[in-house]
Amino acid sequence: MNLAIVLNVVIQGVLTGLMYGLMALGLSVIFGVVRVVNFAHGEFAVVAMYATYLLFVGLGLDPLISLVPIAIAFFAIGYVLQITLVHRFVGRSEHEQFILLVGLAIIIVNGLLMIFGPDARPTNLPYSLDSFAIGPLFIDTARVYAAVAALLVSAALFAFFRYTSTGTAIRACADNLTGAGVVGLNVKRLYAVTFGIGLACVGAAGALMVTIADASPSLAQSFTLLAFTIVIIGGLGSMTGALIGGVLIGVSEAMASFFFAPSMKSMFSFALLVAVLVLRPQGLMGRRA
Amino acid sequence: MSDMWAAIPPRGRIVLAMLLALLLVAPAVLDRYLMSVLILIFYFAFVGQAWNIMMGYAGQLSLGHALYAGLGGYVAALLWFYFGIGPWIGVFAGVAVAAAFGAVIGWLGFRFGIQGVYFALLTIAFAEFTRIAFDNMAFTGGPSGLFLLYDEHRAGEWWNLRGGPMLFYYLGLILAAGGALLTAWLSRSRLGYQWLAVREDQEAALSLGVGAFRAKMIAVLISASMTAIGGVFLAFYNNSLFPSQAFEIGRSIEIILAPVIGGLGTIFGPIIGAFILTPLGETLIALTAKFGLDLPGTKAVFYGLTLMIIITLRPDGVWPWLKRLLGLELKP
Amino acid sequence: MTALLKVDGISKRFRGLVAVDRLSFEVPQGSIFAVIGPNGAGKTTLFNMIAGVFAPDGGTISFAGERIDGLTPDKVCQRGIGRTYQIVRPFPALSVEDNVIVGALLHRPRVADARIHALDVLRRLDLFGKRAQRASSLTLPDRKRLEVARALATDPKLLLLDEVMAGLRPTETDRIVSILRDLNRDTGLTILLIEHVMRAVMALAGQILVLNHGKPIAQGVPREVVQDRAVIDSYLGAEALS
Repeated sequence: MNLAIVLNVVIQGVLTGLMYGLMALGLSVIFGVVRVVNFAHGEFAVVAMYATYLLFVGLGLDPLISLVPIAIAFFAIGYVLQITLVHRFVGRSEHEQFILLVGLAIIIVNGLLMIFGPDARPTNLPYSLDSFAIGPLFIDTARVYAAVAALLVSAALFAFFRYTSTGTAIRACADNLTGAGVVGLNVKRLYAVTFGIGLACVGAAGALMVTIADASPSLAQSFTLLAFTIVIIGGLGSMTGALIGGVLIGVSEAMASFFFAPSMKSMFSFALLVAVLVLRPQGLMGRRA
Repeated sequence: MSDMWAAIPPRGRIVLAMLLALLLVAPAVLDRYLMSVLILIFYFAFVGQAWNIMMGYAGQLSLGHALYAGLGGYVAALLWFYFGIGPWIGVFAGVAVAAAFGAVIGWLGFRFGIQGVYFALLTIAFAEFTRIAFDNMAFTGGPSGLFLLYDEHRAGEWWNLRGGPMLFYYLGLILAAGGALLTAWLSRSRLGYQWLAVREDQEAALSLGVGAFRAKMIAVLISASMTAIGGVFLAFYNNSLFPSQAFEIGRSIEIILAPVIGGLGTIFGPIIGAFILTPLGETLIALTAKFGLDLPGTKAVFYGLTLMIIITLRPDGVWPWLKRLLGLELKP
Repeated sequence: MTALLKVDGISKRFRGLVAVDRLSFEVPQGSIFAVIGPNGAGKTTLFNMIAGVFAPDGGTISFAGERIDGLTPDKVCQRGIGRTYQIVRPFPALSVEDNVIVGALLHRPRVADARIHALDVLRRLDLFGKRAQRASSLTLPDRKRLEVARALATDPKLLLLDEVMAGLRPTETDRIVSILRDLNRDTGLTILLIEHVMRAVMALAGQILVLNHGKPIAQGVPREVVQDRAVIDSYLGAEALS
């Protein structure tokens, strides 16, 4: 076995995993604060992929640029969605929240199917075939850019939660909802901001995802499951956990595709998910409840 | 049995008896298309009832029920395909395999305290895992599917489930009615009360001596077995199976639609839900086809919208509301 | 009198904090036994160990001569210990009657038999008239009595009551006190209760155990205990005697 080849596979997995991580970060933030399960998460990622594709084909915008307007638009969508619809479900039973978002997911994915058809839409970046050669390693340029962008967005998010007053208030809501209400925080607005941030993450992640996959409605469900798997493996509500989980899954998928068959890559993720659920339900980075 | 009948108010008995009589004679006047719609209604009422037992009564959210339907269908179809073993025997094998999977999922979930959404993900993980496995196995036909050839000289062999719409109509009706009867009987038994207690508050149920683990395991086993029977029915009705359809989340969601819309934890909920949803979906397809708008995905968008509206406005489903409206509530 | 419940040197720690510290006491058959003490004294932790919510870190609990520590809550209940929760937890979507039937089914496999028993219990607890209501629609005093009814329906030999009088008005408290006293007298039911409402404790209990920081600071008949210096200092305060 050639070590360089394995290393190539691992690096590729890490880079992909950072994008996965950013997507999962969005889910983790929503789940951890609003306590609502966004079962339409992967669907939103695919919407972002289509948006990126359209901006690229129509205006020639690079995904690294269109990421910004898409994230902003997704923030707005998330904010409005939470205020108008999801907020009515806060505190209602889990299966009701779940069914609401399953319904939304069905509408999104089939809406995309109706508009764009089942065929995948590739975003053919001019540098999509370039790669950095470092010794025996060949690393896709596009993937490196995307991974760096994912890291930057994640870092911005960490900074937001750490250093801004809104971020601190949101963390207070997540820790102690009653307390947050008592000290006069506007929980409804903070939840909307949180849902907006969650969707901004998945929007940005979706924009970057065009570097590794062609936009297609069939991706949506697997992305949702992927995001859930990562969040649970990383630990619910843990932001670092989401990134680490993303990288873990990215590498596991890359290895499984390489050593077995690409169609079997998610089997390993699911096996990992079941193992984590059974052995360490709080996730790798989570605190025990 | 008699006290189950007594629990239905007089007006309800009349409606129920008329509905049953109507459904029994309906094939005399229905055309092939309407028959096929009703067969689907019966199927969804039956598997919806199976899911209802697990979610509506025992309170365990499964989003992987396609697994049991798919396994039941595949096992019976494979036995028929390779060994010529008829589905009336094959169904036992299908049920056994599905129940075994249910037992593993239930044991993992309940033994390790995996609850709510986490449990739902566990069920999805198993269904997806199985889908990928079936995609990669040669003897199941892999992704290109498994086809049950329909030879003309076998037509009418009801003992091999080789027959026309009439056979599947009455079989479907028996399944839907039988499923409802079984649920009614279970819900009035000690086990049924234990399910409700566990659904409402497991810790409180435990402190009343309810063996929650056992109750939940039985719920999974019954639900998985019933769903597997539904899977056999559908496999021999459609004469084809594909992993990408049989095990996908979309199929699991189809199964939960009728009980959610009709009313969780009620006996008539899944039936009402199936009677509302399937014809609406079919009508929608017919209408959009007429105006040339029948894009793939239209029906699903409609289902998604229905789910969102119902769960927002009437989370208890249509049946409790309809029951009040029709004056079918039993006065205490 | 023989001891129905025997607690022998049990301890429980949470993250290094000692909640119950090598506690021993005995509850005689047929008695009403109260555990009092300030908040955080370890009373509910003690209950949870007896009821099987968690096992003690050390020591043993025996019930009717058999070890029960380490059993799960359902097994403990099946042995004959019924409990209520400090924060009531009825099955909200079920009717009052069905709530109690769940308990009654423990020793009656047939629902019809369980219903008869449940209705008997509801009569005793003054809830018969509300049997068809959803449990979620009950007022707090009614919920508290439903909680007792449900536990009682399991035919316990020992009933653990976790602050069933808390938050009730004096008339409601007196109502429960008289119900419990009748139960104890008529059926010989042994009752172990945690209570802050001293009025109820004084009226009911034959024996009182006072806990502070997980340790007993006094035990005896009510009249002696309330005059104990340590009890007054740590818990009751001077005004309780007035």
